[in-house]
Amino acid sequence: MPLDKDTYDQLIETVSRFVTERLRPLEGQVGDKDEIPQDVIDEMKELGLFGLTIPEEYGGIGLTMAEEIGVAIAMGHTSPAMRSSFGTNIGIGSQGLVMAGTDEQKQKWLPRIASGELITSFALTEPDAGSDAGSVKTRATLDEAKGVYRLNGSKRYITNADKADLFTVMARTGGEGAHGVSSFLVPRDLPGLSVGAHEKKMGQQGAHVCDVNFDDVEVPVENRLGAEGEGFKVAMRVLDRGRLHISGVCVGAAERLIEDMVGYASERQQFGKPISSFQMIQAQIADSKAECMAARALVEQTARKRDAGESITLDCAATKLIASEMVGRVADRAVQVYGGAGYIADYGIERFYRDVRLFRIYEGTSEIQRSIIARETLKTGG
Amino acid sequence: MKALVPVKRVIDYNVKPRVKSDGSGVDLANVKMSMNPFDEISVEEAIRLKEAGKIEEIIAVSVGPAKAQETLRTALAMGADRAILIETDETVEPLAVAKLLQKVAEEEQPGLIILGKQAIDDDANQTGQMLAALMDRPQGTFANTVELDSDSVTVKREIDGGLETVKLQLPAIITTDLRLNEPRYASLPNIMKAKKKPLDTKTPADYGVNIAPRLTTTNVSEPPVRQAGEKVEDVDALVTKLKALGIA
Ligand SMILES: Cc1cc2nc3c(=O)[nH]c(=O)nc-3n(C[C@H](O)[C@H](O)[C@H](O)COP(=O)(O)OP(=O)(O)OC[C@H]3O[C@@H](n4cnc5c(N)ncnc54)[C@H](O)[C@@H]3O)c2cc1C
Ligand SMILES: Cc1cc2nc3c(=O)[nH]c(=O)nc-3n(C[C@H](O)[C@H](O)[C@H](O)COP(=O)(O)OP(=O)(O)OC[C@H]3O[C@@H](n4cnc5c(N)ncnc54)[C@H](O)[C@@H]3O)c2cc1C
Repeated sequence: MPLDKDTYDQLIETVSRFVTERLRPLEGQVGDKDEIPQDVIDEMKELGLFGLTIPEEYGGIGLTMAEEIGVAIAMGHTSPAMRSSFGTNIGIGSQGLVMAGTDEQKQKWLPRIASGELITSFALTEPDAGSDAGSVKTRATLDEAKGVYRLNGSKRYITNADKADLFTVMARTGGEGAHGVSSFLVPRDLPGLSVGAHEKKMGQQGAHVCDVNFDDVEVPVENRLGAEGEGFKVAMRVLDRGRLHISGVCVGAAERLIEDMVGYASERQQFGKPISSFQMIQAQIADSKAECMAARALVEQTARKRDAGESITLDCAATKLIASEMVGRVADRAVQVYGGAGYIADYGIERFYRDVRLFRIYEGTSEIQRSIIARETLKTGG
Repeated sequence: MKALVPVKRVIDYNVKPRVKSDGSGVDLANVKMSMNPFDEISVEEAIRLKEAGKIEEIIAVSVGPAKAQETLRTALAMGADRAILIETDETVEPLAVAKLLQKVAEEEQPGLIILGKQAIDDDANQTGQMLAALMDRPQGTFANTVELDSDSVTVKREIDGGLETVKLQLPAIITTDLRLNEPRYASLPNIMKAKKKPLDTKTPADYGVNIAPRLTTTNVSEPPVRQAGEKVEDVDALVTKLKALGIA
């Protein structure tokens, strides 16, 4: 149920305050140490951030998409890695369960996901299956006698895998193509499941990705999410939502960078005046602001459409394309406006520049978003 | 035991206040407002006492415009049990607030009234003291530590040069200082639940209190812009300079 305006405003205000007072001062440290302090994660749990999108009856606060976007934008104002610590729990790591789970499965897992007691990951990508996610090779073979599926294969670049207690895994139960894929809830402690060391990444230090390997992992039949062959469809619906959420984060990050740019340009003096008085600097601020507002409007509109139950595959792809490319340009301009300081780590701008680069790659690359937009547009005739 | 916690809606501490061009006051149009930070400390202290089982009910009260409801909702979301808004759009001076609080206290009979030592808008630092005087009850101002017993409360007070410990018979009035505690963030689920907690709306007239101001503000001005300093060669030059300025 949508919140009344006062409650919603207070919720966003609280998240913004937490971001300003607790998270922003830690950005440099998290960037250097590649780790978010546990006490901050615990505070996020207490605040209820891990349960934003989990229905109230399962211990979350069941925000609508439009409300969730408000939180995503507010969280975007700090290093994206901070959001990532609960990002899988409220997004790709839980939404398959929310959308396709049985009541029993939800009862079993969701309350602990909402509280943050369990960390979740979403395991779709594989060494040989990235953009072409329908071609996953991880196999799930039914052993009816034992009442289990036996999983074999490996997953790649899985966010939060090193901390995850529960994986949503897409694996092949049938023939080739997307229709042969099913999805499974796989607890980390099952024998045969192993997680690799976390990768060294370009940005978003503090959020980790690892390989996840399955070697004859026996997953109980009741852990299958939805019917056999529905896994890919579920994954795509999860990603529609995820793309929208990420777009909100992009908008928040752009807003933060614009604030930083304006602050720096107003203080920094060259040729006897603040550089903000030069039209070429103003143009960069103006373009950033206008593009960011446009992206925000699109994110908010798409979120409302989703809440109204409309089909949003095209909208989500367009929103993610626009928002992620926008924040890339804004971050590039921020480096430029800062001049030499934009390239020096102490100012944090180069870190943001590296951090936001990911948004054009995961949850579907920009090329894949364009393919979806083109496919859907050609289908409907324009 | 009940605790009464007055909370004030003030300009947010992060906002740089601007004076109205006619000098009649601070411009509050479209300015972010929040709970007075010292009052957050009061709410937090009351909640901790409740969590420790020493207080049963926390009543938040605010005197101010309809929008002060938001401030009360914050107190409810943090953990207060119910709230009273005494609604008025007029400027209410500390004495009038103290008189209103006295009436609320007569109705509610709290064992403890915890106020912020001052509000960051007018910095008056008067309401708690005035309330204690009106009620003829003991006061522990600038609290650094609070220990509550069944019939008394021990307060360590921040004073120049250290801490002073006082023991007060209940009911008592406490005003909070900055180091008493670190207020919590209201959790998001509690923000949602706060809507369902009771919030009564009253007016100053309901309590028969005349809130007409006794002071007239004649002018409000920006603090003077800090002038650039001057470097001196050595201590002698410094002393000469200070003497010339009439400071030393
Ligand atoms: C930090 C990080 C976190 C991640 N987290 C997760 C996670 O939690 N769970 C998960 O399952 N995955 C995750 N991923 C994987 C991510 O979703 C994939 O990296 C992404 O989908 C791209 O796949 P790929 O890396 O295999 O690139 P490829 O698919 O090999 O793409 C390489 C290039 O080819 C282009 N390309 C591919 N196909 C086409 C086409 N048909 N038309 C035009 N261009 C094309 C792509 O756009 C890209 O530019 C994460 C990745 C990273 C880097
Ligand atoms: C890694 C690195 C190595 C370096 N090595 C050297 C070195 O070896 N020797 C050395 O002397 N310097 C060196 N520099 C300094 C470098 O040359 C300066 O950083 C660069 O000239 C920009 O100056 P700035 O950083 O002060 O930025 P600023 O001059 O403050 O510029 C900030 C922004 O304002 C813009 N701007 C400034 N004036 C105007 C104007 N009139 N109109 C429009 N826009 C304007 C700039 O284009 C920029 O976008 C190095 C810098 C880095 C980052």
